[in-house]
Amino acid sequence: MLRHAINIFRLGMKELASLSRDVVMMVLILYTFTMAVYDVAKGVRTEVQNAAVAIVDDDGSDFSRRLFDAIQPPYFQHPIRVARDGVEDLLNHGDVTFVLHLPPKLQADLLSGRQPEIAIEVDATAMTQAGVGTSYLQNIVVRTAREFLDDQDADSALPATVVTRALFNPNLESLRFNAVMQVLENVTILAIILVGAAVMRERERGTIEHLMVMPVTAAEIALAKIWANGLVILVAVALSLIFVVGWALGVPVSGSLPLFLGGAALYLFAATSLGILLATVANSMPQLGLLAIPIFVVMNLLSGTTTPMEAMPEWLGVAMQISPSTHFVALSQAILYRGAGIETVWPQMSWILCLGLGFLLLALLRFHAMLARQA
Amino acid sequence: MASGAALRIDGLSHRYGKTVALEAISFAIPQGASAALVGPDGVGKSTLLGVIAGAKRIQAGQVEVLGGDMRDRRHRRAVGPRIAYMPQGLGRNLYPTLSVVENIDFFGHLFGLAPHALAERRAQLLAATGLAPFPDRPAGKLSGGMKQKLGLCCALVHDPDLLILDEPTTGVDPLSRRQFWELIASIRADRPAMTMLVATAYMEEAEGFDHLVAIDQGRLLAAGPTRDVIAATGAAHLDAAYVALRHRDDGVTPPPLVIPPRTQHDGAPAIIAEGLTRRFGDFVAVDHASFRIERGEIFGFLGSNGSGKTTTMKMLTGLLAASEGTAELLGRPVQAQDIATRLKIGYMSQGFSLYEELTVRANLTLHARLYRIAAAEVKPRVDAALARFDLAGVADALPGKLPLGLRQRLQLAAACLHRPEILILDEPTSGVDPEARDGFWRLILELSRQEAVTIFISTHFMNEAERCDRISLMHRGRTLAVGTPAEIVAAEGVDSLEEAFIRQIARAEPESTTAAAPAPVSARTRQIPLPGFVQRPLAFARREMIELIRDPVRLAFAFLGPVFLMITFGFGISFDVDHLTYAVLDRDQSLESRTLLENFQGSRYFLEQPPLYTEADIDLRLRSGELKMALEVPPDFGRDLLAGRKPEIGVYLDGSMPFRAETIRGYVDGISLDYVETRLSSTATGVLPVSVQPRFRYNQDFKSVVAIVPGVFMLLLMLIPAMLTAVGVVREKELGSIANLYVSPAGIGEFLIGKQLPYVLLGFIAFLLLAGLAAPIFDLLPKGSITALALGALLYVAAATSFGLLVSAFVRTQVAAIFAASILCMIPTVNFSGLFYPTSTLEGTGRIFGMLFPASWFQTISLGVFDKGLGFAHFLPQLAALAGFALVFLGIARLLVRKQER
Repeated sequence: MLRHAINIFRLGMKELASLSRDVVMMVLILYTFTMAVYDVAKGVRTEVQNAAVAIVDDDGSDFSRRLFDAIQPPYFQHPIRVARDGVEDLLNHGDVTFVLHLPPKLQADLLSGRQPEIAIEVDATAMTQAGVGTSYLQNIVVRTAREFLDDQDADSALPATVVTRALFNPNLESLRFNAVMQVLENVTILAIILVGAAVMRERERGTIEHLMVMPVTAAEIALAKIWANGLVILVAVALSLIFVVGWALGVPVSGSLPLFLGGAALYLFAATSLGILLATVANSMPQLGLLAIPIFVVMNLLSGTTTPMEAMPEWLGVAMQISPSTHFVALSQAILYRGAGIETVWPQMSWILCLGLGFLLLALLRFHAMLARQA
Repeated sequence: MASGAALRIDGLSHRYGKTVALEAISFAIPQGASAALVGPDGVGKSTLLGVIAGAKRIQAGQVEVLGGDMRDRRHRRAVGPRIAYMPQGLGRNLYPTLSVVENIDFFGHLFGLAPHALAERRAQLLAATGLAPFPDRPAGKLSGGMKQKLGLCCALVHDPDLLILDEPTTGVDPLSRRQFWELIASIRADRPAMTMLVATAYMEEAEGFDHLVAIDQGRLLAAGPTRDVIAATGAAHLDAAYVALRHRDDGVTPPPLVIPPRTQHDGAPAIIAEGLTRRFGDFVAVDHASFRIERGEIFGFLGSNGSGKTTTMKMLTGLLAASEGTAELLGRPVQAQDIATRLKIGYMSQGFSLYEELTVRANLTLHARLYRIAAAEVKPRVDAALARFDLAGVADALPGKLPLGLRQRLQLAAACLHRPEILILDEPTSGVDPEARDGFWRLILELSRQEAVTIFISTHFMNEAERCDRISLMHRGRTLAVGTPAEIVAAEGVDSLEEAFIRQIARAEPESTTAAAPAPVSARTRQIPLPGFVQRPLAFARREMIELIRDPVRLAFAFLGPVFLMITFGFGISFDVDHLTYAVLDRDQSLESRTLLENFQGSRYFLEQPPLYTEADIDLRLRSGELKMALEVPPDFGRDLLAGRKPEIGVYLDGSMPFRAETIRGYVDGISLDYVETRLSSTATGVLPVSVQPRFRYNQDFKSVVAIVPGVFMLLLMLIPAMLTAVGVVREKELGSIANLYVSPAGIGEFLIGKQLPYVLLGFIAFLLLAGLAAPIFDLLPKGSITALALGALLYVAAATSFGLLVSAFVRTQVAAIFAASILCMIPTVNFSGLFYPTSTLEGTGRIFGMLFPASWFQTISLGVFDKGLGFAHFLPQLAALAGFALVFLGIARLLVRKQER
């Protein structure tokens, strides 16, 4: 047992020496956990914010002017006034997402209680904005109408008030979400490719064959790659969370960082094992690259970092349970946003561990077959 | 050429970092001469040939080839088609998956031969080299000798004036070697004006050339007519003359190698093989090999490349399972997992298989530790090995920078470090110069005779075979003879082992002897049918295309990956969030509160969970992730409501995912409006003052598929083509075939475009496939200009492949290429190109990033055509931008790839 541990340690140190000599690779890793995270977090807004609105005003009344004033930042940009025949172009170019049509005699109908109709045209190809934005606009219009009618606080006419509070991220800032999720996505890509390609390179150069003649087992070779590369990524993640996410982006991290890093270590074990498995399936570096694409794209985009798991059809949600990233994302959200402890995230941790062991076992079973194919 | 010198070199120096490869070399070779280049290690000779061929940059000194200065780019370009260069290594300039004919044709096209001229030339060369019977065999499946003949065909296809061959017969069996030189002789007889410069490790071969250039440690030892050089040293033949030249300064001549007699050891044989067979599909690599090797014996395995030596050795080490037969090492059957046996064996594989990124000392230390040498023992043992194998001077150097001879010594040192009982050495002296080989053999003999180590060694050098106690002759997987060298020579009734071997092969393979008779190779037939700048990229493109087709796994990944992703995403990504879990803390329990809550229970978006009992529950259950929303109805809600006191309903959201929280807030707003409306109408105080009617444009049913699938096109048509080309250039650098570019008349731009074209085509086919499948599966048909979509896709794929080439030109390893392509494509396509979030909402660097990457531009086209039904004219700016990206990326890549090696 000690013998195995020593071999794994020695081989891993070799791995670290190797990696440190590939300067381009080190620069890429640095970029991945600094600028790439920063730019995405700063650039992308998942919430309705700054949404572009245009209004076709065929009424020209006081009420329509009130509507112009009611639509305000931060959710919406100040609406632009547009003629009926200009609407098409604006929508076609994607310049605005919403267009309000205020019909003639709107104010008159409103005052006489004839319940006039206001149409909102929505560019429904912008799915993330369209749904939520429409309901926000509906609310604004109704409230403004009420205020206008009673010329007093419209809510007074409503029988009850709904007060919404968001816990864990009171202003629902997407920056706080995206910064951490981008770190997770980059971890997935890096873990799979770094280790998969490291195995493939040793195959192509024949060094792995040399190792297999020495008193070293396939499991030792695999575990050495896993701990060494995993450690590099883990350190990068920790630094990225503290300095880029925490310090540069100012995102508060509520939960226990050590607990999260523990989960990340488990995840790195699973993802790197998957990388090794892919390297035993592909026959050359170009094949490995192509094989990795669908794997990491699915692992990233369908794991809950981009769209909520609740938005997935049930069969896919079930299928995604075999991706360790799904559990890792759930775990990270629980720890880092909601401050959950180990009593909450242990099921995810066990899942990740089991999947990792499964991948590793499959990879080792394929190891000898892979060497035979090589010859 | 009036001057009479085809080649004039003056004061040429070349260094790699601190290592000096060439130091102030000067010599000239007359036109029409044949010159041999001999010297101790691979580096200096190959560097010299590379510089002469124009593949390497001149660092210092003058090199004049065929009447012009090789520093001058225009001269290099003009003279390129008149030089043929065959780099060192079996089949190094060939493409293994291409057939014999396709390899020749590639070079023919590259050098601008017209189709009929090429066909004629090809037929002549194939007939002359005896390759005519195997036109369709992939180059990778040829034997070593045939590979070198094919390499020669490729070098000669454009009828050069200067032929440069770097160790063309190293690793080739003696019969093929003899045929190779006969072929060269007949070509020279036919083209007396052609100048030839050949590096060789065989002194007896060098003796046949009119001129000789001898170098040692980067310095010129002698240059001139071979006869004069030998005469000047007073030696009888070149072998002795070379040794004398090398030791002219130090005056020490190493003693000749003496082989001490073998002491008999008792006990069972160290290695027993019985009917050992290995098949790869139909191909029989090793056919019933049987031998017994005694302890302390040196057993030689003699045969050309591809004869099954390596496969046999791999079966003995347990790396490969035998298809049939048995093998025993030290009395135990060979088993892959047998660690105890591995500890007693040392193995040296054919290629360099130690870590190039670790120093010599670090490699040895790693070995010592893996071989379980006690910690205290490691340092003395490594130091002893460094001393014994004369590596102390380079202990802290990286092996990649060392000459081949030193590297082989390092490998032997590593293999011996743990004092194994058996050493399995696979061509340990291949590519090592004669004197270094003798040194190597001294070590081997010492191990065998003094330490009783059993040595199983493979070689293709006859003089090495003669030093073995017994040898086995292998050819095409079969054992032709086993015995002591003297027995084998006597059995054939000839006077040398080489002759005996040639006879054995000739008997085993009668047809290959007839191939040696060369057909005349006729005069020059160069003719240029297409302009070179069209023909050369096409030559690269055609080759790349064939390689792609020969790799069906890669093709399958390239097509199935996108289809799989499109279907998964089309069905899988949706913004229709439902199944949202919530629970209620109802502190009123009145009729009114229940009516309010019924509105939530009836909603298709929400799933009610067991109720909450305390305020602390809200936080707890949201924190655990079990609930996404909690509703709190205050005490006396019903009473307050009826009394018009406007009670407050509390809604708590899990804000950890803002998009989901906002969606829930939207749903809650909608439900409470409904509730209010029904309440108001029931109390007859009136209805809502206005009704707001949303009309979802371009996607009436508000289906995610409609919004997502065009974006998936954008994502995939970037990732896949970029990945395909990203490994392209780096891979050629790592495998060495980029040398063909260095010495060809093709420019970098032509090379890059040629590499790009097949992948543009592939990417476009992937687009057609995706578009064809999107129609039946998702009912998604392009509503707008199909021309704009197709043209956009073509330009987009061109931009993506250009981006891949740019990545490829920038990085040094394939690993970095794959990672860079993935991360650099994923970040802008997923985040900044309108896949999920409209670009009009982007901020800061993200927005700029999006603009500076082709994906957002194609997204506008994809959405515009599929969903918005727009016409061609709408997309002119986008199309122009995509074309611009393709050109700019390619242009930068062109600047980054160098036409010469350093």
